[in-house]
Amino acid sequence: MTTNDLPITQANQKVRPHPTQNEALLFEKSSPGKRAYKLPPLDVPAVDAKAMLGAAHRDTPGLLPEISEIEIIRHFTRLSTWNYAIDLGMYPLGSCTMKYNPRVNEFVSRIEGLAEAHPYRPESHAQGILEIIDLLQRCLLEITGMDAITLQPAAGAHGEFTGILLTRAWHESQGNPRGKILIPDSAHGTNPATAAICGYAVENIKSNSDGGIDLDALARQVDSETAALMLTNPSTLGVFESQIHKIADILHAKGALLYMDGANMNALVGKVRPGDFGVDVMHLNLHKTFSTPHGGGGPGSGPVACKAFLEPFLPTPVLVRKKGAKGRGAREAGGEGIESGALHWDYNRPHSVGRVRAFYGNTGMFIRALAYILANGPDGLRQTTEDAVLNANYIRSKLEDLYDLPYSTPSMHEAVFSDKRQLVHGVKTGDIAKRLIDYGFHPYTVSFPLIVHGALMIEPTESESLEELNLFIGAMRSIAREAEETPDLVKSAPHSTRVSRLDEVQAARQPVLRWRPAK
Amino acid sequence: MRYLPKSPAERRQMLAEIGAGSIDDLFASIPAEYRLSRDLDLPRQQAESEIVEYFRAAGAKNFTSYASFLGAGAYRHYRPVIIDSLVQRGEFLTSYTPYQAEISQGTLQAIFEFQTMIAELSGMDVANASMYDGSTAVAEAAMMAVRVTGRRQAAAARSVHPEHREVLATYARHQGLPIALAGYDPKTGRADLAALEAAVTKETAAVLVQSPNFFGVIEDIPAIAQIAHAKGALLIVSITEAVSLGLVRPPVEADIVAMEAQSFGVALTYGGPYCGVIAAKEQYVRQMPGRLAGQTIDANGNRGFVLTLATREQHIRREKATSNICTNQALVALMATIFMAVYGKEGMRELAEHNLAKAEYAAKMLAAQPGAKLRFAGAPRFHEFVLQTEEAPAAWSERLLENKIVGGIDLSRWYPEMQNCTLWCATEVVTREQIDTAASILAAKPVEA
Repeated sequence: MTTNDLPITQANQKVRPHPTQNEALLFEKSSPGKRAYKLPPLDVPAVDAKAMLGAAHRDTPGLLPEISEIEIIRHFTRLSTWNYAIDLGMYPLGSCTMKYNPRVNEFVSRIEGLAEAHPYRPESHAQGILEIIDLLQRCLLEITGMDAITLQPAAGAHGEFTGILLTRAWHESQGNPRGKILIPDSAHGTNPATAAICGYAVENIKSNSDGGIDLDALARQVDSETAALMLTNPSTLGVFESQIHKIADILHAKGALLYMDGANMNALVGKVRPGDFGVDVMHLNLHKTFSTPHGGGGPGSGPVACKAFLEPFLPTPVLVRKKGAKGRGAREAGGEGIESGALHWDYNRPHSVGRVRAFYGNTGMFIRALAYILANGPDGLRQTTEDAVLNANYIRSKLEDLYDLPYSTPSMHEAVFSDKRQLVHGVKTGDIAKRLIDYGFHPYTVSFPLIVHGALMIEPTESESLEELNLFIGAMRSIAREAEETPDLVKSAPHSTRVSRLDEVQAARQPVLRWRPAK
Repeated sequence: MRYLPKSPAERRQMLAEIGAGSIDDLFASIPAEYRLSRDLDLPRQQAESEIVEYFRAAGAKNFTSYASFLGAGAYRHYRPVIIDSLVQRGEFLTSYTPYQAEISQGTLQAIFEFQTMIAELSGMDVANASMYDGSTAVAEAAMMAVRVTGRRQAAAARSVHPEHREVLATYARHQGLPIALAGYDPKTGRADLAALEAAVTKETAAVLVQSPNFFGVIEDIPAIAQIAHAKGALLIVSITEAVSLGLVRPPVEADIVAMEAQSFGVALTYGGPYCGVIAAKEQYVRQMPGRLAGQTIDANGNRGFVLTLATREQHIRREKATSNICTNQALVALMATIFMAVYGKEGMRELAEHNLAKAEYAAKMLAAQPGAKLRFAGAPRFHEFVLQTEEAPAAWSERLLENKIVGGIDLSRWYPEMQNCTLWCATEVVTREQIDTAASILAAKPVEA
């Protein structure tokens, strides 16, 4: 039997109903005198806090719950069972790259010598962590084909902010910061929001009929006030800008820069390098391409890589290797690499855009990303990219007879459909997404990119087996049939969750953002 | 590659079903001249055992078994074991931002609990779901104040963490937001109120102070609030040591609190990931940056939670959003939530008392050594203090390192006028023995030849 013929029952073999536990809020389980902690005996004289702090003393404690350890374990374990997760199955959110998060990453990030390193340790006593940062930086430069890098930004949007600041600083050094940033109408919302907080006006570029950059429009819009184009490549349609070199040429001819949003780098690693196709500055998302966990919304990490001419503007500090230094700490550490020069933070950066974050960035994410790169090696990273693109194209080929494909341009790592054919029956992309939950999948990205009306943006990543892909395809095909035959079933989904569709209007109209004790 | 769930035969089968001759057909849209025709120059593929060995060896070079008196915005507290047990559950670790509420209720309820406990501790009405860290929370709080007041100036105390002020300056520069700095009182280490008052004008959107401040001294928040509010400016209080809230009166007079909650169960990990958060008075909630979880009901009347007030955010408002923030620090906020639940109402106070006692003992012992004295001795402080020594810190810190102790950090790095002054921190994990040893080594100045 081919995938296309999967009956509903087989598509449904992924899930069966399973009761979840009810669980109140922590505060509702509190009872005075319950404890989940025990401090060791105080080995120094006790102090009279009220006398010491005077008016600054807190007389009324914060209303935190009082609860025992087993209750806390059960509380959060029960809550966890209400979540869907990559560990449970395919999580095909387009542009989010929900790939497997290797457990060895978690393990090594908790090694005591790394997890307990204070950011202000003397550099002689931090060479191990600095070597990790240095190796990751070198790996990311090789992967992107760029010349210089900062790991300081804490997430993708923070990386965009940093990259546009570099752009601005360079233009200022040329005598004019310029006034506007060009952004395609297919871009992530963070792009225009970033340009705005960097003090730029945003000018949209309409996509052409292939969903790519319209070169004529670009040539018309780029002028002496254009600071940069922020381009996601592959685009949010999952399409590689095959005219990328011409885009770069048009920009560079007018003195504007090409910024690349690296959100979709999972389609490129090991196959092509942004530094080779004309990108001046870009950010990476370690929590997408390099497997650090999304964690329910963070933490991320958004390194920014750039060409050499932007290097003087990088945020302070910058990691450098001292030439031939042989300090005391170096001897103690005993590594050969260190004997050839200790690693050290350079704060003397007169042209820097300044700091974008305290300390050096989300170091714990650097450790995980490096563990991922080491686990893959050059061959594994290339195979990963190939599998990600193979999976997306497989899904596309198995669904394009039932779902409208608004752009027929070749897909890279994600496939974007529209709900045009289901809308005839009153079924929208959001409904199909909710119905997928009943089939045991997390929905795809709904209604994005904005240039596709009713978009279904599907990014399977490399982490899905053929079996899981076929179950997903079966579910999508089954839902397409339901949209025709029993549209109300789809429109009222999900039917299998603890809570049904939630009243978002009420949540926004009368916000209840915290628990309060009953009066 | 062990993370890839496909056999060579399956790959061939899939290519055939797509109708592609080879995998390279799928990359044909990339112009040939840019396609990489070589292997990336990276370390070869490693076995898991090799990876563990590499990071263990790197960790060993950091000497973290040393006793440490470092603080300054990153604090070593005991981390209850259940934090890592729980946050490593795949349902928390490997889920995305809870946009699909029906299958994200676990994360959403936990965020709601986080928001509640942060609001309770900070004395504010509401808190958001987290920011990147304390420094960016400070910068975003200032931009929030600009939106609320429509004014375009800010005033900040020099006793705010220097790196947080640097981040604020980076953000403010392109917002056209000049920042007037006010010094500190050389006797108390508190913000110089007269200077602060002089720095606030009718155009000041916000007054920013940190408490306990960078020197460990607790600021006079009611007095500073009067200065800010008299001119119609908002008061932003930054809190970098969240544990202080167990014992230090919350800044209830503030309009916005920018916090770093790293102390709540988050490992130091050389500076991140940590847990920033912004809390505020209720009337400012629609100008807040970042995600917010709110309570609502489903079609059957069941209680549930959703991300709400999203019309502030970049994915809806694009260039008109309150901030460009998208990804935050959710899993780290979950660590903080579990930490707050473990210590609870009584434990938070008791933990803070231990910190206060350790630091008081350490300050007394170290300041008693020949040539050493305590700066800002008269002002109330939490668990950090400034020690001034006759001997240069570079000299005695070497001696301490030889004895496996990392001493206080040299303040002249940020405050050139503070020669031979160091900032020390003693949390509950520092032992009396370590304090006594540090004191005796500090005293043992070598006899000059």
